[in-house]
Amino acid sequence: MLALQYLRSLPRYALVRATGGRADVATGDFSLLHLGDVPEPEPPNGSWRRVLPSLAGICGSDTAAITGHASLYLDPLTSYPFVPGHEVVGVLAGDGARVVVEPALGCEVRGLSPRCARCVEGRPGLCQRVDEGDLAVGLQTGYCCSTGGGWGEVLIAHESQLHEVPPALSDEAAVLIEPLACSVHAALRGGAGAEDVVVVQGAGTIGLLTLAAIKLFTSPRRLIAVAKHPFQRQQALRLGADQVIRPDEVFQRIRFATEARRLDGPNLSLLLGGADLTFECTGSAAGLDDAFRYTRAGGRVVAVGMPGRERVDWGPIWQRELTVMGAYAYGTEATGRRTFDVALAAAPELGLEQLTGPLFQLSEYRDAIAYAVQAGRRSTAKVAFDLRGLRL
Amino acid sequence: MSRPGAVLEVDRNSPPTLFHFGEGVRLERLPLGSRILYPPDPLEPIAHPERAIRRALAHPLDDDPLKELLRPGMKLTIAFDDLSLPLPPMAQPDVRQLVMEEVVELAAEAGVEDIHLIVATGLHRRMTEDEIRHIVGDRIFTTFWPDCLYNHDAEDDDENVRIGTTPDGHEVTLNRRAAESDLVVYVNLTLVPMDGGHKSMATGLATYRGIRAHHNVDTLLGSRSYMHPPDSQLHHSCIQQGRLIEDHVRVFHIETSVNNHAFPTVANFMQKRETDWTPADQATYLALKRLSDLAPRDLKRTVFHSMKAPYGLTGVNAGQVDQVHDRTLEAVRKQMTVEVDGQTDIVTMGLPYLGPYNVNSILNPVLVVCLGLGYLFNLYRGTPVVREGGVVIMTHPCRYEFDSVHHPSYIDFYDEVLADTTDPAQIERKYERRFAEDDWYRQLFRKSHAYHGVHPFYAWYWAAHALAHAGDVIVVGGEREVVHRLGFKAATTLADAFEMAEQTVGRYPSVSHLRTPPLLLADVR
Repeated sequence: MLALQYLRSLPRYALVRATGGRADVATGDFSLLHLGDVPEPEPPNGSWRRVLPSLAGICGSDTAAITGHASLYLDPLTSYPFVPGHEVVGVLAGDGARVVVEPALGCEVRGLSPRCARCVEGRPGLCQRVDEGDLAVGLQTGYCCSTGGGWGEVLIAHESQLHEVPPALSDEAAVLIEPLACSVHAALRGGAGAEDVVVVQGAGTIGLLTLAAIKLFTSPRRLIAVAKHPFQRQQALRLGADQVIRPDEVFQRIRFATEARRLDGPNLSLLLGGADLTFECTGSAAGLDDAFRYTRAGGRVVAVGMPGRERVDWGPIWQRELTVMGAYAYGTEATGRRTFDVALAAAPELGLEQLTGPLFQLSEYRDAIAYAVQAGRRSTAKVAFDLRGLRL
Repeated sequence: MSRPGAVLEVDRNSPPTLFHFGEGVRLERLPLGSRILYPPDPLEPIAHPERAIRRALAHPLDDDPLKELLRPGMKLTIAFDDLSLPLPPMAQPDVRQLVMEEVVELAAEAGVEDIHLIVATGLHRRMTEDEIRHIVGDRIFTTFWPDCLYNHDAEDDDENVRIGTTPDGHEVTLNRRAAESDLVVYVNLTLVPMDGGHKSMATGLATYRGIRAHHNVDTLLGSRSYMHPPDSQLHHSCIQQGRLIEDHVRVFHIETSVNNHAFPTVANFMQKRETDWTPADQATYLALKRLSDLAPRDLKRTVFHSMKAPYGLTGVNAGQVDQVHDRTLEAVRKQMTVEVDGQTDIVTMGLPYLGPYNVNSILNPVLVVCLGLGYLFNLYRGTPVVREGGVVIMTHPCRYEFDSVHHPSYIDFYDEVLADTTDPAQIERKYERRFAEDDWYRQLFRKSHAYHGVHPFYAWYWAAHALAHAGDVIVVGGEREVVHRLGFKAATTLADAFEMAEQTVGRYPSVSHLRTPPLLLADVR
């Protein structure tokens, strides 16, 4: 089958890192990506189905891996070579049903019994046995060599990973169900209160969807989005932000919104007071550093965007007694509903199609990755591969 | 003998006209038939200021000589205007220094030991040590700073008192030290007719609770103009407050006026009519233009703000405030008045780098509005120079640029308030209290050098009358986004602005240009 594969190669990784992750190098002949014919993944047993991807999104975590910016922490949790792509809408081979894939590879998917404590809690994304069972090591479809991924003609998925897509939801919207589920989980994990001033730092796909999820499932007093590009600002307002501010004015604007005090230090400002709850969706050192300084003492920072090995100042975390929590993936929420089901139910009213595009063929992967790296600047959120033509 | 103010008509032989443009200058061609309003030349200054001051203190108006009011054991407070006046700041010695040295001398001779000097900042920023030293001079500064020479603090609840309510029901507050003094000597410098009189104490030593009585949209809309006190609700309100203050504490008022010699020798061409420019003036203009076109902004700002004006004293009067102020206004009007025959469809003005609230700082966009539509527009007596529904054209780069130390609340005013509305009444209703009571602004006002949180509102209210009166406001050379945020139209050139203005006032409009600074007062008949 035709697929893009991610190879494990230290020299290539070193080359990509040495150029700072330049898109042309990160997708060039000596990159970690390879487009070609690869063997189809083999279903381990009868509980698995073949999925033919229709659209597969390019996630920030994908571009981070391709450009050498991903955390090396993830390396032992990944098996190589793998076909990337964990934001997938496709059809089942055989009956043609439209499905989205919930990528987490927990105990149930791996055929492990008894399930680990986290999986019992309904958090397969935090599975403690991701190195066992029917599959090679891997946290998710799209990072595991056994399953294939969305950037190939075929992937395999366990029945428990499949969610049927309602007919009214287009492929362009459905390809965002996975990041929307991440965002729903983050919003519920953050649990904004009615009196909270909440900041969503970053307005890429995850930032915008987190904003939407906060608006849908919680009711903070004020919801502020930090967005860099005009398209992002426009979408943030559409999805429910009370106010949209630029990254270079976060201290001025959040100070005003929270009636805090502002002090200007030699390198960065800080607020005395500030946001009650911050969702950090950039994963960058600058974004985290800002968030730790404008979130009030005793407040909470939810790390939603995937960080790499970032150099951040821990001083404010310590002094402000901040609660910093990660929000990764999805599973079953406190309400007993699966996050994907919540996301699928919420999606129709969000106009997700507006965030998707342009679509690229697999053969255009170099352009696609380069476009995705600058999605915000180019007035889009989600760049995706369109694999529907491969089925003809 | 100085020449009086003049109105000159632009004809084919007229040279181009000087327009200030922030930290820069331009020469512009006005349409034929436009009239240019020039202020009078600087009046001859008083030859011996110290002698005039001594005479004023010894022969006050409707009051006892100051010497007789001073006695051992008394509590004496000398309050004085801050550096927001005159503009540009006066070259040393400042006339306030000369007056205060004389007052302190008399107090010392009378055996007064308990003397405090207070900068009457009102809701302005705290003056820095250097700025205070500039006003009072080295002798007073080294003697009294910092324990007995300091800024008024309008947000110190312990150091301000409520002294009553005016017949109109407005609260009156006063600096505690002044309120508890046996005598307050107020030392004023009046640059324009709006300044001085009862307004000095009623704003300079008051708190937000007192000042809001007259610094509000209703009052300012009812002041046509506040450069002409008899027609100014602002002044009526201040007079009521001032009288209550004088019922409470003994005040000896000293007012000074200066001529309009606003520029040092190096920039003297700005003082002159273009027809009077010598080759040396033209060369200086070209050099300054070159500098302002090419130099980095910070450098230009430093150069311009370092200019000190060689004003000459034209009047000093002491005694009871009403009589003193009448004399002062007479001197000020003599220096400023230009008789103007009727209104025009358009008024143009070149806005310089400096207004009352950005000494040693940046003229941010809100202050641009305050300077153009608040101050210059209101420099009239009778009716505005521009007709109702006419167009105001101002030249200024109007950048998104703020001094975060002096004007922190201005940044939020621009970003938060003006993003919502530019209507002064709505702004007042929706936002004023929030800014006035903001804890951070209060902290910066008290401990740093920030204007009070409410101050940008006042700057905006100052323009309320012009905003209601003018049919359109066009800013030439301003950043488009900023000009639009202010609610105005942006033009690249003056010619474009005239063309845009025709849509509001029709073809072949009549035009007046306020050739200021130096400041003028248009007596429109």
